[in-house]
Amino acid sequence: MAVLTPVSRTPASFYASVVAAFGAFAGLLVGTAQGSGLIGLILGAVVMGAAAYLMAEVLGKEKTSRYGLALLMALGGFFIGGLVAAVIGALFGLFFGWLTFWLYEGRYRAKVAPYLTPGQVLWHYTFRVICGAIFIFLITPILVVMPLSFNAEDFFTFTPEMLRFDPDGYSLKHYRDFFTNSDWQNAVQNSIRIAPVATLLSVGFGTLAAIGLSQPHVPFRRAIMAILISPMIVPLIISAAGMYFFYSRIGLQGTYLGVVLAHAALGIPFVIITVTATLVGFDNSLTRAAANMGANPVTTFFRVQMPLILPGVISGGLFAFITSFDEVVVVLFVGSAGQKTLPWQMFTGLREQISPTILAVATILVFISICLLTVVELLRRRSERLRGMSPG
Amino acid sequence: MTDVTDATTAKSAPTPDDGIRIADAEASGPVLAADGTPLKRSLSRALRMQKLRALALIAPLLIFVLITFIAPIADMLFRSVENDVVAETLPRTTPMLAEWDADSGTPPDPAVFKALYQDIFFAAERKQHTVLGGRLNYEMTGMSSLFRKSGRKVEDMGEVYQDQFEDLNEFWEEGENWNALMGSDEWNAEMAAWDPKGDARQPRFELRDGIEELLPQTSETFSAYAKFIQTVDEDNLAKEDPWAIVYSALYDDLTGPAAARLNDYSGPAAEELRAAAAAVDTFETVDYVAAFQDIDKDWTDPEVWQTIKTYSPRFTNGYFLNAIDMQKSPDGPEMRPENQQIYIKLFWRTLVMSLTITASCILLGYPVAWILANLPARTANLLMILVLLPFWTSLLVRTSAWKVMLQQQGVINDTLVWLGLVDTMDRLVLINNQTGTIIAMTHILLPFMILPLYSVMQTIPPSYLRAAKSLGATNWTAFWRVYFPQSVPGIGAGSILVFILAIGYYITPEIVGGTSGIFISNRIAYHISQSLNWGLAAALGTILLAAVLLLYYAYDKIVGIDNVKLGG
Repeated sequence: MAVLTPVSRTPASFYASVVAAFGAFAGLLVGTAQGSGLIGLILGAVVMGAAAYLMAEVLGKEKTSRYGLALLMALGGFFIGGLVAAVIGALFGLFFGWLTFWLYEGRYRAKVAPYLTPGQVLWHYTFRVICGAIFIFLITPILVVMPLSFNAEDFFTFTPEMLRFDPDGYSLKHYRDFFTNSDWQNAVQNSIRIAPVATLLSVGFGTLAAIGLSQPHVPFRRAIMAILISPMIVPLIISAAGMYFFYSRIGLQGTYLGVVLAHAALGIPFVIITVTATLVGFDNSLTRAAANMGANPVTTFFRVQMPLILPGVISGGLFAFITSFDEVVVVLFVGSAGQKTLPWQMFTGLREQISPTILAVATILVFISICLLTVVELLRRRSERLRGMSPG
Repeated sequence: MTDVTDATTAKSAPTPDDGIRIADAEASGPVLAADGTPLKRSLSRALRMQKLRALALIAPLLIFVLITFIAPIADMLFRSVENDVVAETLPRTTPMLAEWDADSGTPPDPAVFKALYQDIFFAAERKQHTVLGGRLNYEMTGMSSLFRKSGRKVEDMGEVYQDQFEDLNEFWEEGENWNALMGSDEWNAEMAAWDPKGDARQPRFELRDGIEELLPQTSETFSAYAKFIQTVDEDNLAKEDPWAIVYSALYDDLTGPAAARLNDYSGPAAEELRAAAAAVDTFETVDYVAAFQDIDKDWTDPEVWQTIKTYSPRFTNGYFLNAIDMQKSPDGPEMRPENQQIYIKLFWRTLVMSLTITASCILLGYPVAWILANLPARTANLLMILVLLPFWTSLLVRTSAWKVMLQQQGVINDTLVWLGLVDTMDRLVLINNQTGTIIAMTHILLPFMILPLYSVMQTIPPSYLRAAKSLGATNWTAFWRVYFPQSVPGIGAGSILVFILAIGYYITPEIVGGTSGIFISNRIAYHISQSLNWGLAAALGTILLAAVLLLYYAYDKIVGIDNVKLGG
C-alpha cells in the first residue's frame, strides 16, 4: 500500500516511554520467571527506555543499533539461562530494535489515514494485535504437534532435552513405530480401502444428481435437496446410531460394504453442494450448441459439460474423500475390528493414551491436508478464472 | 392457466410455461407446431420430458440416500417407541394382566402365574427371558436377575407332572409315542421315509385331525415344541423327547372337560390316555403361585407385576419419558427421584455449552473475519491459509493437539509454570472438564464461523464506514449503526452452523471432556455400546434430532440451504 501520511520523527518523550512500557511488560514476564516480578518490571522499563533513547538519539545508525541490541540481549540471555534464553533474548532484541525505530521514525503512521487521532491509531494497532493473537490460537495447536512428534521420550510434552535443543532429545522412533507397527499399518490399509470406494460412489451418484438438480424444471426440488443435504446436517452421532440399528437389522453392520455405504452417504452432500455451485455458472447454451452440431447427450456430457465442471467435481470428491478418511463416529459403530480405520486407531490411542505415535500420525496427516488444501484452492481459482469471475 | 391475461401480462420474466399459456390464449384455433400437433400439447410434452429427465438423473442418488441414510434415521425413530419384547415374550401373560387391577396391592390371580410359567418356559428355551429381563431392568432394577433365575427353575415345575406321567406308564417317556399320538398319519409316514443324513428337509410337523378338539392345550404346546425343535434347533423330531411343559398341558387337559370326550376316542394311544385320565386325579399338583414365590419372593410383589403391565403395550412412550427424567407409574407419568435425574441436566448442559462455544466463536471470529475482509487481497489470502489449514486438518489431529496442550503436564501449563505465573503445585486443570471441551471445540469450530462471516463482510463496501465517519459519527457509532447491522446475516449463518455442529459433537468431548464436559451425544453412544439400552439411545437421539432439524429450518429461512459454501 502506498504511503498515505507524511511521516516525521517523533520526540523522545513519546517513543522512549512507549518502548519503556513494552520493556516493563517483557521485564515482568522475565522477572516472574526468575523470581521477582517487580524488579523485572522496573528494570525492564528503565533498560529498554534508555536503550531506545541511546539508539535513536546517540547512535543514530539504524541497522547497526538494531543488530547490536539483538546481540547484546542474546548475550545477556545466555548468561542468565543458557541457549534457550539466548534465543529468546535475541528475539526480544530484534523486536525492541524494530519497535524503537518504527516509533522514532514515525513509520507507524505511514499506512493509516492521515486524519486519525492518536487514539484511533492506537486502536488500529491494538486490533491487529488481537487478531494476531486469534490467528496464533488457530494455528498453534497444529504447530505444537509437529516438534513433539520427534520426541525421544514416550511423553506428550516437551522434555528438558528438547528445550535445550539437544539432539538426543529428538528421534524418529514414533515414525518408525508408525511404519512398522501392524496395528497402524492395518488401520492405514483399511482407510485406503474404504475412502476411495466411498468417494467414487458419492462422486458418481452425486454428480449425476447435481446435474439433474440444476435443470430448470425439477419437481419437489427443495424437498429433494433437503433429503440429499441431510447427512451433513444430522449430527454424526445420530447418523451413527441409526445406521448401527438399521444395518444390524439387514446384516450390514460390521462389514466392509456397510462402512463404505455409510461413508458414501456422508460424503454426498459435499459433492452435491460443490458441483451445483459450479453448475450455477455453467452456460447451458454450450450443451445446446453441442446438440445442435449433432452430438448425442453422452458425448455432450463427456466432451463439453464434464471438462468445464471438472474442478467442482474434483473438489467435491476431495471433500467426500476427506470426510470418509477423517470419519470416526460412524465407523466406530457401523464397522467392526476388521474395518478399523486410521482415525479409529487414533481415537483408541487417545482414549487409552498409549503412545505419542499418534503425534507422528498427526504430523503426517497435517502434511496431507496441506496438500489437499493446495489442490482445492488451485481448483477453486481455476474454476473462477474459467467463469471469468476473478482475473487471478 | 385459467386466467389468461394474467399469465401473459403480469409475468415479469418469460418462462417456458408462457408458451403453453399463449398457445392456450389463442381462442381462434390451436397454434400448430412444425409437425402438426397443437403447440400447447407439444410444449407440455417437452416440459414433461425435461422434468422426467431431471428426475431420472436424481433418482439413483435419491434411492441411495433413502436406503443408506434416511431408512436408518427412520429406524431409529421407530426404535424410540418400539416395545414388543414384553408382549412377544409373554404372549399369554400380558392379555391376562390387562384385567388385573394394578392398584389392588395384591399379586394377580393364580391363572396369571400359570400363564407366566408357560411364557417363561418357552422364553427360556429360546433364551429370550434374559432379553426381557434386560429390557425390564431399565425400568426396575432387579428384574434382570429375577427373570434369569426364573428361567433356570421353570423346568423343575413341569417335571413334577412329567415324572408322574412317566411313573404311571413308560409309554409317556418316548418321543416317538408322542409323535404317533399328536402327529397326523401322513406326517408320521413322511418322517419314517425321511433320511436325516440326506439333503431333504425334515417334514414339517402336522397335527392329527381331531386331536385339537380332544386335547386343546396339549396340541398347542406340542405344536410349539415341534416347531421349535424343527426350525430353531434343527434337530430330528423323531429323536427328541417332549419338554416338561407338554406334560403340564396334558395334565390340564385330562383334568378338564377333555376327560369326558376320551371315551369316544379311538386313535393311537387311546388306552394309555384313558388310563392316565383315570390316574390324574391322584397326581400331586403344582401350585404355580407358591412355586414362583419359591424361586423369588419378588414375584408376589405387586410392583413387579405393575412394571410388567405398564410395559406390555407394543409401543411405549417410556423411553421418551426416561429421556426427560420421567417414569411411568400407575398414575401416569411422573418425575424420577432427584438423585436419578440426569438427562434434563445433560440436555441443559449441552445447550449451555453449545451456546458458550457459539458465543466465543463469534467473539474470536468477528475480528478475524473483519481484518480478512479489509486487508489487501494478497495479505488476506495469505492469512486465509491460517484459517483454512485448521479447517482441513483432521478433527482427530486437532483434538490430539489440544489434549497435548491442555494436560496438567502439557504445553500451556508448562509455559505458565516456566513464566512463573502459575505455581507448579497448582497447575491449571484445563482438561477433562468443561473448560477443556469449550477451548478445544471453539478452536475446532472457529473456521465454520469465520468463513460465512468473511463472505458476508466482503460484500459490505468500506465506503459506508467512511461516509458515516465523514458525517460525524464516532468510530463506535459508525461501526455499531452502519457496519454491524450489515454483518448480522453472517453472524446468523455462522452461529447456527456452529451451534448445529456443536450440539451433536461426540469425539472431542469424549477425549477432552472427562465426565463434567460431556454432551448428550456421549450418553447416546454409551447407551448404544455399553448399557445396550438402544431404545433410550434412540429416544435421546430423536430429541436431539428434533432440535437440530428445527435449527436447520431456521438456517434455511435465514441463509437458504443453497447458499452453503465450503472453503470460503
